[in-house]
Formats: sequence, structure tokens, C-alpha cells
Amino acid sequence: MANLTLVQAINLALIQEMEEDDRIILLGEDVGKNGGVFRVTEGLWQRFGGDRVVDSPLAESGILGTSIGLAMAGLRPIPEIQFEGFLGPAYDQICTHAARMRTRTRGAYTVPLTIRVPVGGGIHAPELHSDSPETIYTHTPGLKVVMPASPYDAKGLLISAIRDPDPVIFFEPKRIYRAFREEVPEDEYTIPIGEARVVQEGEQITMVSWGASVIQCMNAIENCNHSVELIDLRTIAPMDMQAIEQSVKKTGRCVVVHEAPKTLGLGAEIASRIMEHCFLHLEAPVQRVAGFDTIMPYYKLELDYMPDAARITKAVEEVSAY
Amino acid sequence: MPIKKALNISIEHVSILDENGKFDEKLGKNLIPDEDVVRLYEHIILCRHLDEVAFKLQRSGRMGTYPENRGQEATSVGAVYALEGKDWLVPCYRENAGLYLRGLPIEYVLLHWMGDERGNQIPEDLHITPIAIPIGTQMLHATGLAWASKYRGDGGISCTFFGDGATSEGDFHEAANFASNLDLPVIFLCQNNGWAISVPSSIQSSAPTFAQRGVAYGMHSVQCDGNDLFAMVKVVREAAERARKENRPTFIEAITYRLGDHTTADDARRYRDADTVEAWTKKDPLIRLRKYLDDRKLWDDKREKAALANAKEAVSAAVKRAEEIEPPKTEAMFNSMYETLHDELILQRETMRTSSIGQNPSEIDPAVSLHAQDTTD
Repeated sequence: MANLTLVQAINLALIQEMEEDDRIILLGEDVGKNGGVFRVTEGLWQRFGGDRVVDSPLAESGILGTSIGLAMAGLRPIPEIQFEGFLGPAYDQICTHAARMRTRTRGAYTVPLTIRVPVGGGIHAPELHSDSPETIYTHTPGLKVVMPASPYDAKGLLISAIRDPDPVIFFEPKRIYRAFREEVPEDEYTIPIGEARVVQEGEQITMVSWGASVIQCMNAIENCNHSVELIDLRTIAPMDMQAIEQSVKKTGRCVVVHEAPKTLGLGAEIASRIMEHCFLHLEAPVQRVAGFDTIMPYYKLELDYMPDAARITKAVEEVSAY
Repeated sequence: MPIKKALNISIEHVSILDENGKFDEKLGKNLIPDEDVVRLYEHIILCRHLDEVAFKLQRSGRMGTYPENRGQEATSVGAVYALEGKDWLVPCYRENAGLYLRGLPIEYVLLHWMGDERGNQIPEDLHITPIAIPIGTQMLHATGLAWASKYRGDGGISCTFFGDGATSEGDFHEAANFASNLDLPVIFLCQNNGWAISVPSSIQSSAPTFAQRGVAYGMHSVQCDGNDLFAMVKVVREAAERARKENRPTFIEAITYRLGDHTTADDARRYRDADTVEAWTKKDPLIRLRKYLDDRKLWDDKREKAALANAKEAVSAAVKRAEEIEPPKTEAMFNSMYETLHDELILQRETMRTSSIGQNPSEIDPAVSLHAQDTTD
């Protein structure tokens, strides 16, 4: 066991998987000698050499498109897109090829790749370095979308993503890259993709979140008079509806918290599925605490945009008073 | 400070069997054995016949939109002939002739255009990627596939096919840039057929050649007559050697012409004049190859007739196989979405006939009635 940050846990997972599987190649902007702009790949270039940790040309579509070719040939590329705001140029390759390859070839070709992407706001970064685009990729059939909220989960989920036979977008909430440490086993372990985690059990309100917002939820719950059950989805696609359903049937009330804009954010899908699965158990409408339908503001206003403990607490009060 | 010349470039144009059937003995000697020229000629006859049949299938409602290959066959046939079986072919959608030469059964392409994904279920050992519909995106896959070959040291290379229009796409730039800077064994085979649907190649590039685009990436670049089977074999063979020995990419501009419409949904008479098409019709690879074979007493009308009869038989058998394949089952659209389907997809698959849309409660499968209870309790 070691006390690791989320960055260190990801770094450790990468090292251990690369040691075991020489089909793994890391590629991206600055991931080599420099160890990535967030130092997630620190020391890997030195350890595994330039053939396996590749500083690519500055081209996101190129990074994804060549990764698809590498994966079709049977390798296990792990491309990094430096910030979620630069997924745009790679979108075409991700959605028109990676996501579709298995089914459009009826299984003749697969694209087992793990796309690592720092995501979300809260670090006073420049424009387009703070967005939350997980809905876009969740709405694209053929992808899996993962977003851990703790170092322990990050390691186990990343190993699962790397070993997964289908394309996985592994979003890394940059706000909590170094925000706290956690005991992380030295040995390899996996956390299944598609399984949520009950962070804390409760009886009166179900709270569903993922990524860095989970920490905001914990802050809100700490000073709250209600018994809240907090579910960290961990995997956004496919979503662990069973965990949500089980909890909501118990509590009858639900608050969904996410950084992404409210309209068509994952909260909309979750609320809708709760309607399908738990309608007669509901005591109140599902409440969403989300980013606003504005662009992510520059950093002077980013904390006003992102759900924080105060807004979450308000939602909890509204839902329980309904 | 004196002003010096920073770069001198020149682009070679390779032609061996010209449009009049004149053969350059020096360049063409021993390039393709006679029996192979015969075989490739027969192969192009087959592909040409297939185009005619495919066109009729579309017009009679038996197949969806189809892009004819007519007039361009020599480009992909020459390229594939010059490559090895372990080399990746990364096509767009106008390279049927080359893909069939590699061994792709004809019905695969027919099935694709008949709206059936099984047409993309390409047998593993062929090293052919599925037809790419978005323009230019496949060049990056070719680059990644070549990268994997280099990483493994298996001696394979990639050849990607695209048109003049695709060189306007950003992915062309990114692929060429990756391939050259990372020393990857890729052949970029640009089939300059004059048109991107209705837009002439002059809108894609105002430079004297498309070949010079490759020079910008520091890769060897060459132009050739794409309707000249011999020129194609020569330039692709040289490019393949460069890729295999030095891990260096090559850009080839093969000048050809799309004699047909863009697809069966297009009418090229709306935007190009008949005289130009007529002039290109005379440059058809089949005409000059026939002359080459006639001049060497390798061919006659009798053999031509027999070749066409064989083509008809092969195409008709392929059409039969494509049309008689059992219809896809509806659940097939779900089954290959992931290696392991997640719960929601399984639920959608199992209840697609029984819930929400077009529902008939009597059809509810008892095995999935659990969900029906869940939503109503």
C-alpha cells in the first residue's frame, strides 16, 4: 500500500500494465520526455523508451486516427488528448471510426484503445481547458466512458479500461489530480467498468455524481441534516442503473450532480431512467445540480458555474421538503 | 546577407504504356511477366463488367447507391499487384478492382452497397480494412497500421487509397505528417481522377501537381499515369521497397479519370462536358492493355470473348451469393456493439418489439417480463 494522489495512481497503473503487455504504446502531445503537462506519464519515456512512449505531432485527429490503426493491428494504444477542450479535432475519428468499427465490420475488426483525457474545471486553467463533454461520448454508441473520483478507483478502472476489448474514454478529473491522497495497493487490481460505488449509505436521499463533483457532494453531505446515500457512478457509459434504482427505491428522492451543462447532461438521462424504473417510489421530482447552459466561463467565474456544496445542499433541502 | 535557394524540388512523371499503347521498353522491361499482364487484363475486364452489373442492380432497385470504378481500375490493380499479401490495403470506396485482386470476394462489396454490414466482415488474412465512407479519415488508420508493422518488425507496410479531394482534408495532412516524422512505412496513393463529385481538382489544389504536396512533408513524391498498369507497378514497387527498407513513406499521384458518375445517385452531365469525358474514354486502361497484348500476340478476339464469359459467370455467381444470403436478423444491430453487451442494450434488444413503439403485449418474451414489471410497480 502506498498513499497516492490520483496522478500517481494512474502513473502506477500505466507502468504496471506496460510492464506486463508490450502491445501497449502511449502516444500524445508532450507525453514523452516531459511526462505530460500534468506529469501523468512522468518517467515512462525514460523507463520504456521512445518506441513505447511517443511524443506525437501536435494533431489530435492524428493521435486518435493512428491509434485506431494501431489497435486494428492488435496493439493496445493509449492515446492522450491533452485537455478535453481539444477533443474536437479527434471527435471525428472517435465517433465515426473507433466507436463503429466493431459493429460495422460485425466483429471482424475491433479497436481496443484507452483514450486518456484530463477533464473538468476548478484549476484556474485557460479557456477550453475546463469543460465536461462526457455526454457527447455517452451519446455515441460503441464507446465506454469512465471517470474516476479517487486514486484507488483510478488505478483499478484504468487497468480495466486498458484490458477492455472496446474503446474507452478515460476522463481524469484534473481538479482532483492532486487534491488528496488515498491508500492504493501496490499489486494490480481491477474495478469493473459499469459498476458504481456507494460512497456512503443513507436512507432519505439518493445523490448521484461522478468525477470531481463527487468531492463537492461529500462536502455538502458532511454538513447536512439528512441521511444521504451518495453514489459515484465511476463509469458513465454504460451506466450502473441497478445501483441507482436500488437506492432510489429505498430513498424515494434523488439529486444528480454534474459539472456538465444541464440540458441533455447525464442528469437528464438519469432522471428519465428513474422515471422508467422507479416512478411509483418517487416522493419528489428528481433534482439536478449542474453546470449552466452557458459556455464554461473563464476562471474568474468558474466556481460560480460549477456545482458546489452550497448549491448541492439547496437541492437536498428542496428535494426533501417537496 | 546573400539570398540562397532553400529548396529545389522537381516531380517526376512516370509513363510506360501510354494512351496510344506505345510501350517504353527500357522502363517496362521485366516489370510484369506476360502471363501476369494477361491475368490482370482479364481481371480488369471482370471488374468493368461488375460495374455494369452493379449499375443495373441499383437502377432496378436491387442495390442501394453504388460508386462506379470505371476507368480507374489500373490504379488499384497495379498497386495491389506490386504489394505483398501481408501489406495493408486501406481503401476509400473506388478500389474494388484492387481489393478483388487481393482476394476479397466480390459479394462483400456488393453486400456493403446493398446495406448489409456483413460486406465489411473482411476475412482476417486479407489485410484489407473496410471501405471508408468519410473522406480522408482512413489515411490515419493506414499510418497506424504501418506503425504497428514497424513496431512488431513484421516487414509489412500500408498502402492507402484516396482521391484528389481527400488531400484537402486535415486528416491527409496529419497522416502524412505522422508518417514522415515518425518514419512509418506508408504509401499514400492519391488517385487524382479529376473530380470530387462535381468539384474539379482545381478547387482542391491550384499547384501544378498534387504530388508536390508530399514534398512538403519531406517524403519522396512522384506522379504517374494512373491508367498505365506498368507505371503503377513501377512506382508502387519502388515505394514499397522504400517503405520496407527505410521505413519511409511515399506520396504517389496517379492521374486517372472517373469515367462514370460519382455514384449512381449522381449525374455528372450536370457539371462536366461530354468532350472531356470522350477524350478520357480513349485513355481507358483496357484499350491500351489490349493493344499491348495484341502487339505481342498474347491475345485475340476469341480470348476476349472467353474472358468476358468468365467475368459474367463470376459476377453473376457473386450477385447470386449476395442476394441469396439470409436476411440479417434484427438483433444483429445490437450484437456486435461491444464484445459484451451492457444491460441497457440487452434490454433494448429484448424488448424492441414489445415495449413503447409498436408494442403488442402478447408478444412480450417471458424471459424479459421482469423489466415490464419493474416499470409498472
